[in-house]
Amino acid sequence: MEGGVVLLDFWPSMFGMRVRIALAEKEIKYEYIEQDLRNKSDLLLQMNPVHKKIPVLVHNGKPICESLVQVQYIDEVWKNQAPLLPADPYKRATARFWADFVDKKMYDSGSRVWKTKGEEQEAAKKEFIGNLKLLEGELGDNLYFGGDGFGYVDVALVPFYCWFYAYEQCGNFSIEAECPKLIAWAKRCMQKESVAKSLADPEKVYGFLLQLKKAYGIE
Amino acid sequence: MAAVKLLGAWLSPYNCRVICALKLKGIAYEYMEEDLLNKSPLLLQYNPVHKKIPVLVHGGRSICESAVILRYIDETWPENPLLPADPYERAVALFWIKFADDTTSSIAMMYLTTVEEQEKATKECSDMLETIEEHGLIEGKKFFRGDEINMVDIAFCSVAHWVGVIEEVTGLKAFEPHKFPKLNSWILNFKSVPVIKESLPDTETMLDFFKGRREMVLASKSS
Repeated sequence: MEGGVVLLDFWPSMFGMRVRIALAEKEIKYEYIEQDLRNKSDLLLQMNPVHKKIPVLVHNGKPICESLVQVQYIDEVWKNQAPLLPADPYKRATARFWADFVDKKMYDSGSRVWKTKGEEQEAAKKEFIGNLKLLEGELGDNLYFGGDGFGYVDVALVPFYCWFYAYEQCGNFSIEAECPKLIAWAKRCMQKESVAKSLADPEKVYGFLLQLKKAYGIE
Repeated sequence: MAAVKLLGAWLSPYNCRVICALKLKGIAYEYMEEDLLNKSPLLLQYNPVHKKIPVLVHGGRSICESAVILRYIDETWPENPLLPADPYERAVALFWIKFADDTTSSIAMMYLTTVEEQEKATKECSDMLETIEEHGLIEGKKFFRGDEINMVDIAFCSVAHWVGVIEEVTGLKAFEPHKFPKLNSWILNFKSVPVIKESLPDTETMLDFFKGRREMVLASKSS
């Protein structure tokens, strides 16, 4: 593994996708090792002893954990190509704030959409759409969250796009109807090879989610 | 040099993180105490998304979320750097800062929960401390992964100062010095840095405040 880049990941993970996109943007060759999360490998437990989670980026034999930390690391080490964070400290702070917002709000509110039913689910849908609308507000009339160029917040958020179909099926609603600008942004990102080849197929994600629901005993 | 303002609340460890960083860098700032039960229009204007403190205002522009503020301060005032120069060491530091962000709320949970839930809250806090002891701190290093005070130390100020106070207020025990010797040394080292001593809120005032809060929590849960 010396000198090489290895990614321990799980195909439907939005967090893993962030790292795949960053690696693709920088045209970094790496070894992808699919993990079985119900039967965690010794390698995973050794490389992420604190959380025992994916994704784990291994560079020169040393592990880096937490997807946004990994994206920042990739951006710093391979700085001569496709910069993801802007140079200006205030713009960097703004980008970090919104990536942190995605981390704090998107996964939890999305999960509640598929885990709940009835009134609870209606509340979850409302919160989820509310978060997307805040993000739409931040995007404004820009092509990307990074401005004219694809950047850090785009990388943090776009993986959730391949989960939208699954959320819509479970929640019986249309995200595009509520947030057309955000969907337009996502489709624009999907034109990029780095994004298109890193995101999972939405139908496959929905199939995976149905299995997960069964495992959780949710109908 | 554009003016620096900090909107904060004295009892918040997240606010304390920012004060530590500003003081370590020798940055002059105006402090504005917020009443969290009656948030000012200024706070709502500067942090419309979360409506929380701390908020740093620099040259009229606001920066929110304490971990984001710490990095902004470090990048805007690069003297006395608070993060390692090496990208790998920096990634490890950022990992621990995120860990602090994600797990130190277990400290507040110890006084916010009912008597039945307290055992669970205490265990969560204790597990967090054990992880720091086992995986975060390096034997022989005065501070987190280094001999100079840095951003990770600041991020864990709640462990250094709030745990003791909450333990006294609730009578619960999450931190045992003999079980966590590296953590114990680290707390002593951290609190003996003069700038840190100046930045931490007064223990007696904290005890009074949290005792009052604890009584309110118990009263509201028993009704």
